[in-house]
Order: sequence, then C-alpha cells, then structure tokens
Amino acid sequence: MKKKSFFEHIATAPYVFWASIFIVGPLLVVLYFAFTDQEGKFTFENILSLSSYSHTFIMSLGFALIATVICLLIGYPLAYCMSRMSERTRNVLTVLLMLPMWISLLIRTYSLMALLDNGGLVSGLLTRLGFEKLTFIGTEGAVILGMIYDFLPYMVLPIFTSMNKLDVRYLEAAADLGCNNRKTLWRVILPLTMPGVISGITMVFVPSISTFYISQKLGGGVFDLLGDTIERQFQNAVTYHTGAAISLVMMILILISLAIMNKFSDSGEDIIV
Amino acid sequence: MKFLSKFYIGLIFLILYAPILVVILFSFNESGNLSHFSTFTLNWYIELFDDNDEALTALKNSLILAVSSSLIATTIGTLAALGISRAKNRYYRQTLESVANIPMMNPDIVTGVSMMLLFVGVGAAIGAKSSLGFWTMLIAHTTFNLPYVILQVLPKFRQMDRNLTEAALDLGCTPMQTFFRVELPSIMPGILSGLMMSFTLSLDDFVISHFVSSPDFKTLPLYIYTQTAHEVKFSMYALCSIMILAILLLLIAVNVAGSMGERRARKKAHKALKGGVR
Repeated sequence: MKKKSFFEHIATAPYVFWASIFIVGPLLVVLYFAFTDQEGKFTFENILSLSSYSHTFIMSLGFALIATVICLLIGYPLAYCMSRMSERTRNVLTVLLMLPMWISLLIRTYSLMALLDNGGLVSGLLTRLGFEKLTFIGTEGAVILGMIYDFLPYMVLPIFTSMNKLDVRYLEAAADLGCNNRKTLWRVILPLTMPGVISGITMVFVPSISTFYISQKLGGGVFDLLGDTIERQFQNAVTYHTGAAISLVMMILILISLAIMNKFSDSGEDIIV
Repeated sequence: MKFLSKFYIGLIFLILYAPILVVILFSFNESGNLSHFSTFTLNWYIELFDDNDEALTALKNSLILAVSSSLIATTIGTLAALGISRAKNRYYRQTLESVANIPMMNPDIVTGVSMMLLFVGVGAAIGAKSSLGFWTMLIAHTTFNLPYVILQVLPKFRQMDRNLTEAALDLGCTPMQTFFRVELPSIMPGILSGLMMSFTLSLDDFVISHFVSSPDFKTLPLYIYTQTAHEVKFSMYALCSIMILAILLLLIAVNVAGSMGERRARKKAHKALKGGVR
C-alpha cells in the first residue's frame, strides 16, 4: 500500500475547521447558555424552570406523535399500492411525490390555510351545503392536519424506496411456502421495509415536534408548541438562557426517541434472520 | 384490488395537490376573497412587482446566497469526502461522519438558534453593533449544506476503482494531477447531485435563516414570511404560484436530462458490446 500523499492528509482540514467552529461550536454555546444566568454564573435555574413548560412539552409530543402515526397509517398503504404499479407509473408517481418536497413549507402551509381559512373554500362549500358555519383555523385538528399534509411525502418516499428494493423472490418464496397475502404482508414485507418505516417516522416526527410556522398559521396563535416557545424566547436577549434550556431538552428528547426506534429496527431485523 | 389501490393513490395525491391548485387558481381571482372565483385577472402579479422592488431584491438575495453557499459547501464537502475515504484511523473517520450527521438529525430550529447564539456571542465579544446579516446567512447555509454534499460524494469515492489511481501515479501523475484528471471525473455525478441538492436546500430554507438573518438581507422565504404574517395577501399567492411553476420546470428539466443521459449511456454500452462481438 502506498503512503498517503500530503494532499490527502490536508483534504479534511477545511472541513474539520468548519465543523468544529460551526457545527460543534454552536452546540457548546447552547450548553453554556442553558447552564448559566445573565451574569454568566453557573446555574440549574433554567433547566429547573422548565417545569412550568411541561404542558407545552406534553402537547408538542402528543401532536407530533398523532401526526406521525396518521402519516404512517396513510403512507404505508400508499407506498405499498404505488410499488404495485408498472414502472412507468411508478416513475411519474415518484416525481409527483417529490414535487411537494421541493415546494417551500411556507408555501404549502399557506396554501392549506387558503383552503381551510374561515370564509375559505371548504367552509364556504360546507355552508352552501347547509352545514352550520365551521371554523378550522385555531383547532387542534387543523394543526395536526397541517403537520400530516406538510410531512406525508417524507413518510411515503423512504417506505416506497425500500418497497422497490424488495426482492420479488422473497414474496414468491413466501407464497410457495403457504403464506396467504396477509401473512406475506405481515411476516415478509413489513419486516423487510422496516428501515424505510424508521427513516420515514424520523423525517415526520422531528420536524413535527419542532415546528412553529404550522402552529402559528393553522393554530391561529392559540397553540403554543415547543417551536413557538423557543422562537419567542429568542426574540429578546433576556430570555436567551431559557430558550437554550428548552432547545437542549428538546434535543435530548429527540435523541432518546431516535435511540428507542433504532432499537426497534434492530430487533425487527433479527426476526427476519 | 387493482382498482381500489388506484383509487387510493388518486385520492391521496388529489388531497396533496388540492391546496396548491387552489393557490394557483386564486392568484388569478379578481374579487380578492377566497370563497368564490369571480373573474380572471393578472392584477396580483402586476401588484407583486409594481408596488416595490422588495420581491425582486429578495429573489436576488436568495440566488446569491444559494449559489455561493452551495459552491463553498461542495468544495469543502468533496475534499472532506476524499479525506474521510482515505483516512486509515477508524475513529477519526467515524467521528468526522457522525459530526456531519448532527445538522441532519437536529431539528432546524435548534440548528438555527444555536448558530444565532454563537454569532450574537461573537458579535458582542468583538463589539460589533449587529452581527447578523449576509455573512452569518452564508455561514449557516454552508453549514447545513455540508453534510448533504458529503453524503452524496462519499459513496462515489468508496465505489471508485483504486487501481486507476495507482495506475495514474505509476504513469507519473502527481497526486494533484491524479485527483483532477482521474478521480474527479469518476466522482462527478456525486458532486453534481450534492451541488444541486445544496442549491435547492438553500433556496428553500426558512427556519434556520429566520434566526440568523437581519432585516436588511431578506431571502424569498423570509419575505413571504413577513408578508403573510398578519393577513391574506393575494400578491403572495401570485409569488407562490411563480415559485411552484419554477420548481416544476426545474424538476422536469432534471428528470429529462437524467433519462436522456441514461439512454445515451445505454446506447454507448450497446455499441461497445457490438464492437466486442465483432
């Protein structure tokens, strides 16, 4: 084996420099702010004061979980149906699925608002059909619907990808060995597409729990989710420390969730073998 | 069964696209309310560019930022991928890769506020009046683009045939020449998709920009955010429609170019095969 050239040695240098200042650095700054007061003295005060935000934490976690589960319930069958189509149709559907991911979240949330707005198209239609005036904006349902609508493609795409990678011979083998369709789905397809499911769940759960634009627009300012709370803390220098503490706890919460899920996916793979 | 699954696919995609279609439709609506469509008009589009040049400035800012941050991220990221793929120390390699994962795993809002704290802190330390602006935006965008570039380029380095490199070195290329003449062409697809991805991520980003920007450097998403903060504005429907159309055209162009490239490659392979038989 040849010795590494000087060029190869210094290739990572710009990245190491950049990452330590702008990726690791900011996290250390958050840690510092979370554990200090305004005079820069060490304190647990910020973390302890978070108990008054426990309602926010529970509500955000609940909303994000509901949105993730519904996305999975809608998305998994959708990915399954899509993977049964002809190759040409699959390609078209992939583009159709990716297009919304490319459109800014702001635009898509704003357009959902156009549809659901009080006095908007849907409520107008319902009134004309003789229903009494309904308000969507400012309800829990609207916020969760916004999360589902915005993040559904992120659930479907990874599951769809892992369905497409599925070796047809496994399905044939399962059928030959006497599995009916439902059994094949539960015992073969589901375990084999588990990695897609896990990354889908991650890609819906993380942005759902930390969103603030969706709850601002569709929640009508009624619901204070974690994202809203953090955003508000950073509008004023006095509350930076509380904001940092909330961010830190949210980060740890997400890390724990991801770790639990990875555990699940590992055991899922064991079943196959 | 087949019918049922087609119906299901159709239904979900209809729901997915209905709001977007409503926005495009009502951007041409004369009456300026959302409950019914009166007459066709282009007034909202005229108003968008007529009133002020804020929208155009925001577009210009967005493009400058997206081009510069994606170029810097691609350069640093490609070099990093080269170094990571050649590093002998396993822990060094793993550390670099997991650090790259941090901005991808972290919620955007945490990345945003943590960078803002850093910038504000450094700004206060050196006594600058306002530390946020174009430069902080550039740094933030480059940072969140970096992992995606590494993710695209690193597999290409790993798939690359090391024998080619050895051959080039044996035949008298300097390591620099080897990189530019032999290695770079074979990882080019990864670099291009990394560049493309960072460009669109940067154009699209709202959350991180929201925290590290100042009012004097606004990108398109920030402009839309301030404009839609309090009321429904139909000129924003027009702007959204234009952006959706631009994205659609870009996506079609990429797909057509991709499938054309594939076809050309297949033709080439076919020809080579024929030549081989002869």
